Amino acid sequence: MNLNKVSKILILNGLMLAAPTMAAELEISITNLTQGNHFTPILITAHDSTSHQFQAGEMASPALQKMAEGGDIADLMAAATGNNELTVGNPAEGLLAPGGKVNEIMLDTQSMTHLSIVAMVLPTNDAFIGLDAWEIPTTPGTYTINVNAYDAGTEANDEIVNGGGMSGTPGIPAAPGMDAGMNGTGVSDTSANDKVHIHPGVLGDMDEAGGISDLDSRIHRWLNPVARVVVEVK
Amino acid sequence: MNTFKTLPRNKLLLVAAISSSLLLSACSDSDNTPEVTPPTPPAPVVNQVYSVTVTNLTANQPMSPITLIAHGDISAWQVGSPASLALETIAESGDGSLFSSMDDVDSVTVGAGILPPGMSESIELSLAPDDVDSLSILTMLVNTNDAFAGLNDFSLSDLAVEQSIRFRSIAYDAGTESNSEAKGTLPGPADGGEGFNAMRDDVDRVHAHPGVISQDDGLTDSVLSASHRFDNPVLNITINRTQ
Repeated sequence: MNLNKVSKILILNGLMLAAPTMAAELEISITNLTQGNHFTPILITAHDSTSHQFQAGEMASPALQKMAEGGDIADLMAAATGNNELTVGNPAEGLLAPGGKVNEIMLDTQSMTHLSIVAMVLPTNDAFIGLDAWEIPTTPGTYTINVNAYDAGTEANDEIVNGGGMSGTPGIPAAPGMDAGMNGTGVSDTSANDKVHIHPGVLGDMDEAGGISDLDSRIHRWLNPVARVVVEVK
Repeated sequence: MNTFKTLPRNKLLLVAAISSSLLLSACSDSDNTPEVTPPTPPAPVVNQVYSVTVTNLTANQPMSPITLIAHGDISAWQVGSPASLALETIAESGDGSLFSSMDDVDSVTVGAGILPPGMSESIELSLAPDDVDSLSILTMLVNTNDAFAGLNDFSLSDLAVEQSIRFRSIAYDAGTESNSEAKGTLPGPADGGEGFNAMRDDVDRVHAHPGVISQDDGLTDSVLSASHRFDNPVLNITINRTQ
């Protein structure tokens, strides 16, 4: 165990009985597990047990919508800071490519007990990787978390790449892998679920110059999980 | 969400340190009197025995013979990095035998045969105490180009007798063969086609498998149908230490 000497002595003497929440040093890595999807700038927050960046089954906040539809984490970050949360913004310094990994993200939890992580998945209409309020373990060790793709429920999944990244604007802002098609007629999204939910995945097609979708079903599909987070509690 | 914890591996070192200090103190000073001291017989190495039960959770993806690899400081695979030749071979053909000749591999144990969908198999794994630090498990989803599942580099050193631990594996893609699903490219019963081919015509990095598309979902050249599609998890693994 990587306990420091003081806590070892405390344990030996049985003095850990009424220990208050202790700050922990975290070292975090995030891996993009997908075949052909990028993640936009990642936002990590550490917060108390009642705060969330998102919750499955609840409506997305306007700040979450902005991140999920356009990749912009500024409003989420400002809200978290205003709520006295700890934030790490854009640790990968831009897009995290398929197979890419950002590591050695250091975070001193201070009095915070829970961890959340979000980033938009591109190319999609409003998919994002989501870790919602993971309780930070108090036992030192290395913890591996598989992270799923959620659908913000704020935009129809038409799978048209048209540059539309503003909240409320239909379409997909970009395909960073430059591997999308064009002139798709658009997938008809008949889902009435406007709450945050597990993303059903994209459909795509194999027609670069038309078809129903601008996405490629051989490149842009995924199965959950889409990201792996490893947290070392020191 | 699925979480597991990797425990530290310093226990064996500790045991080794304690036993070597005992050995040293047991060496008594000899005087001039000739003494007939029978040599202390070396303590017999008692293997640690595990029952590894693997269940195929898929609808219609037989798994190639389950391959259990006890190894040193290597990774069976790493997401984002190219597959080793041994991994490419098992992911494309189901044959894990190349791991036996890999550096840093202590032992390879292979299941009885193909593990059909819905079926479970228990494999006895007997390891020297020095070899329990890193176990990996691999199998191929045979009705695919290069999908595999398993367990990557897990330490059994903290598992006590009669304790068990459970894992669920997602499907990974070795990234070494394009997911064409085309006739002649899949070794499984859906096709009976080619297994290993040294050519790497895909992204050449391991990633989470995006799933198969199938002819029923628009990939016209595919020999697969709707039932060959899968979702995660694809494999359940329970490791129970029996001795």
